[in-house]
Amino acid sequence: MAEPVRSIVVLVAILVGVLVTAAGLIWLERRLLGLWQDRYGPNRAGRFGSLQVAADMIKIFTKEDWVPPFADKPVFVIAPAIIVVTTLLSFAIIPFAPHIEIVDLNIGLLFFLAMSSLSVYSVALAGWASDNKYSLLGGLRAAAQMLGYEVFMGLSLAGVVMLAGSFNLREIVEAQTKTWFVIPQFLGFVIFVVAGLAETRRIPFDLPEAENELVAGYHSEYSGMKFGMFFVGEYIGVTLISALIATLFFGGWLGPLLPPPLWMIIKTFVFICGFILVRAALPRLRYDQLLEFGWKLMLPLSLINIMVSGAIILVAS
Amino acid sequence: MNSVFYISTAVAILATLMVVTRSNVVHALLYLIVSFFAVALIFFTLGAPYVAALEVIIYAGAIMVLFVFVIMMLNLGTSSNIQESDWLKHRVWIGPSLLAGFLVLELIYLIIFTSAQLSPTSSVEISPKQVGIALFGPYAVGVELASMLLLAGLVSAYHLGARRSQVLSSRIEDKP
Repeated sequence: MAEPVRSIVVLVAILVGVLVTAAGLIWLERRLLGLWQDRYGPNRAGRFGSLQVAADMIKIFTKEDWVPPFADKPVFVIAPAIIVVTTLLSFAIIPFAPHIEIVDLNIGLLFFLAMSSLSVYSVALAGWASDNKYSLLGGLRAAAQMLGYEVFMGLSLAGVVMLAGSFNLREIVEAQTKTWFVIPQFLGFVIFVVAGLAETRRIPFDLPEAENELVAGYHSEYSGMKFGMFFVGEYIGVTLISALIATLFFGGWLGPLLPPPLWMIIKTFVFICGFILVRAALPRLRYDQLLEFGWKLMLPLSLINIMVSGAIILVAS
Repeated sequence: MNSVFYISTAVAILATLMVVTRSNVVHALLYLIVSFFAVALIFFTLGAPYVAALEVIIYAGAIMVLFVFVIMMLNLGTSSNIQESDWLKHRVWIGPSLLAGFLVLELIYLIIFTSAQLSPTSSVEISPKQVGIALFGPYAVGVELASMLLLAGLVSAYHLGARRSQVLSSRIEDKP
């Protein structure tokens, strides 16, 4: 196959795959939550409720798409698009198999960090543009939370970069042929999972949209597909963080017997289910607890992790 | 790559002009973020992908978020827009435009009358490793000085923001 045709096929396949996964997660999450919380979950539309996604889509597309008259219209409209665009762009750097990836970027990991730091704008601007006190409070909470957790998200990955000697995700996976990085970088893995939970704003870190205090937080004023963008954006984010955990700490496509892309998909889905299990099991934190946890515990821990791994690498070499 | 360079410089200049002329603060900040993206692309075309990534992570992704955060906290509303557009009268532009105009003339003079190499894009790519080696090799003193400055900033910010519980409680007790 000619090179440009091949890259377009890979690009479309990854895009469609990610969007289908994100839509499917709406159903999977509710079914799994039902299972773990000892209730049914959606089980009426289609077999095992599998057509629930189609029903949700019809509902969300036919709802009135309303922009409040007091809102700042251009910012209000652009905010939900930012989160979908930034999270989808991050998938460009994830290698699904030895030659199945969109770009082989030398600064791949930095590109992901840049995109995740830009996704803050989506929620912060949505909260501001809605011109509603609950939305504004949600946006403020989101900005402070994501800014704080981004710092040690980047620091937690420094150990992986030091071990692999590269920011390139393909080279990071290839460096894990002997041992997965989860073993030498267990602390980094734990910190990255916590930061990933906070970046996707899911329970126990979903303070920006805490229903019992802020109506729906930053997306209170959103309806129809604009709300749907935040909704789908969250699930794309979960898929992205899971795929990254699999790539950075669990050897990506590496594995015996099965073909490489299948290993990548299996590992990603295991972590997605882990994210859903966390939501099923944990309560929401208080906001001051969340910030103290981030700045006073996770940040020093990630700095210690860098120091210790650096020292070990220095002694070993 | 040359056309990418020129397009991104044009975007950077246009976006920055929009930053200066907007009366709504948040809209001005959004244009400033676009301008940072353009600058990041310029760094990329100049063969410095690491600096480009850091430009987006630190300037567009962290510092500007803090700006947006503060402006959201202040919750300025329409009255500040009116005040701002009052300040943006035509007479205000004369001085800065003249000064900037002299700089543009100088730049044009330099481009026309000097035979310096003016090709913007470079074929050499500076990797993150080279940046690191440069920072902790010949520029180690600069890095240390910057870190001391940042530490001082951190300590003083902590001092200003710390809750002085004894002072506060004694004031409350003083009240009849």
